[in-house]
Amino acid sequence: MNFKVIRTEPTYKDESSQRVYAMCLRYLYLLRSSWPRIIELAYWPTVQMIMWGLISQFFAENNSWLAQAAGILIGAVMLWDVVFRGQLGVSLVFFEELHARNLAHLFVSPLRPIELIYSLLLISFVRTIVGVGVAALLAIPMYHYSIFELGLPLVAFFMNLLVMGWAMGLVVSALVLRFGVGAESLAWVVVFAIAPLSGIFYPIEILPQWAQSLAWFLPASHVFEGLRAVMIDHHFSFELFYTAALLNVVYLLGSVVVFLYVFSVARKHGLLMRIGE
Amino acid sequence: MFSPVIAAKGLTKVYGEVAVVSDLSFEINSGSITALLGGNGAGKTTTLSMLLGLLLPTRGSIHLFGIDMANDRFQVLPRINFSSPYVDLPQRLTVSENLRVYARLYGVDNISERIDQMLEALDLTAMHKRRYGTLSAGQKTRVAIAKAMLNEPELLLLDEPTASLDPDSADRIRQYLIDYKTTTQATILLASHNMAEVEELCDDVIMLHRGGIVARGAPDKLIEGFCRNSMEEVFIAITRETIRFSEEGPIEL
Repeated sequence: MNFKVIRTEPTYKDESSQRVYAMCLRYLYLLRSSWPRIIELAYWPTVQMIMWGLISQFFAENNSWLAQAAGILIGAVMLWDVVFRGQLGVSLVFFEELHARNLAHLFVSPLRPIELIYSLLLISFVRTIVGVGVAALLAIPMYHYSIFELGLPLVAFFMNLLVMGWAMGLVVSALVLRFGVGAESLAWVVVFAIAPLSGIFYPIEILPQWAQSLAWFLPASHVFEGLRAVMIDHHFSFELFYTAALLNVVYLLGSVVVFLYVFSVARKHGLLMRIGE
Repeated sequence: MFSPVIAAKGLTKVYGEVAVVSDLSFEINSGSITALLGGNGAGKTTTLSMLLGLLLPTRGSIHLFGIDMANDRFQVLPRINFSSPYVDLPQRLTVSENLRVYARLYGVDNISERIDQMLEALDLTAMHKRRYGTLSAGQKTRVAIAKAMLNEPELLLLDEPTASLDPDSADRIRQYLIDYKTTTQATILLASHNMAEVEELCDDVIMLHRGGIVARGAPDKLIEGFCRNSMEEVFIAITRETIRFSEEGPIEL
């Protein structure tokens, strides 16, 4: 049987939202195709939650300060996972394109680089909600701790941490696009490198002075100080929130500029055809 | 006056101090099937990559449909498509899922209908639920061609369209491309190492050697002009430099 040409003169629509939707669909298909991928989304946040939940329980029974702030550790670890999942949600999904050697097909289509960024951010949001959400729900029956009791501040914390993760994920993706898949380990290294400065489990003031100066440049530091303020002092600090949000705007815009710049460098050096090999 | 579908002028790509493609100028008119030939390292993939906008030229300009690729690439991309056995589609997605994603990227209306048509056209219907990564090389090539046809491109760029296909499938793909060109008046530019295929398929050949064009013409004219019996012999003569090239530019036959 011969292959036959079927001419339809198809009509087209030039809609950015369609292309972003196409890429989200591509990543959702990928997620759906692999149960281990879906389980992995929630696995590490759940393991972290269980481990820190047990530690919290121990301290709560033996230490009066932490007893007042029951759940502070478990809440912190779940929120830190938002940064981690947010970052991985961008960078690992981008690496999928490199491993699939699919970049050339994508970028001879009408997909704009900025639209790829939008879709990476959207899918990161979905992955983070699923991953951290499962852990958060499990913490309710296991430790009688509901992070959702934070109320609206939780949304503020979540979004600030997620955006910080996005910014890191885009920079890591840009570096891997530029230097090849050998640089992939950065996806794991970066987030652990900044964790000590983020004041996840302790106040920033206990850090050495030089480290405090660095720490205040991290949106996460402001978020975790804000979390402690809410949980211990029952007070939401708008100052901390606005500072984190402002830093995030700067970092996210910076990371988008870096990604787009590296994309143009990749076109100059022919990396879109070669990468992944 | 119609502008050529492809107009490359002074196209040069330099990596470090090595010029992979040097001062390439050519035009390709609508409704032709043109082969871009040359030995390994002659500059075919580099030229295709620049035409597609995946690679920025060091110097020179590319106009597709009269539109400058340097400034208005996104006006052109919906009208072209590309396939290469060296660029994969996502392995874990099924054939249908891959086509659905690309149909959306190209903004195709009536997506399901168009996908069904492409599956039928390339005899892929029976395997539409199979993951791309589980297909044979020949089946993958057909899926890649189906993806390249989703937007019914006016310009189709193909890198070795029948590499890894058995003779039967290769013949059917060639016939499909001829029919596609005849039916749609599309322009096809392909790189190939299969000289018999070039003779059968192409009405125009651009011969590259050391990053420049050394000869151009219809396959039969090239065979006659170089006093050889086949395109294979022409190709070997050019790549082994047993022919003296004109220093004043490519030989036009």
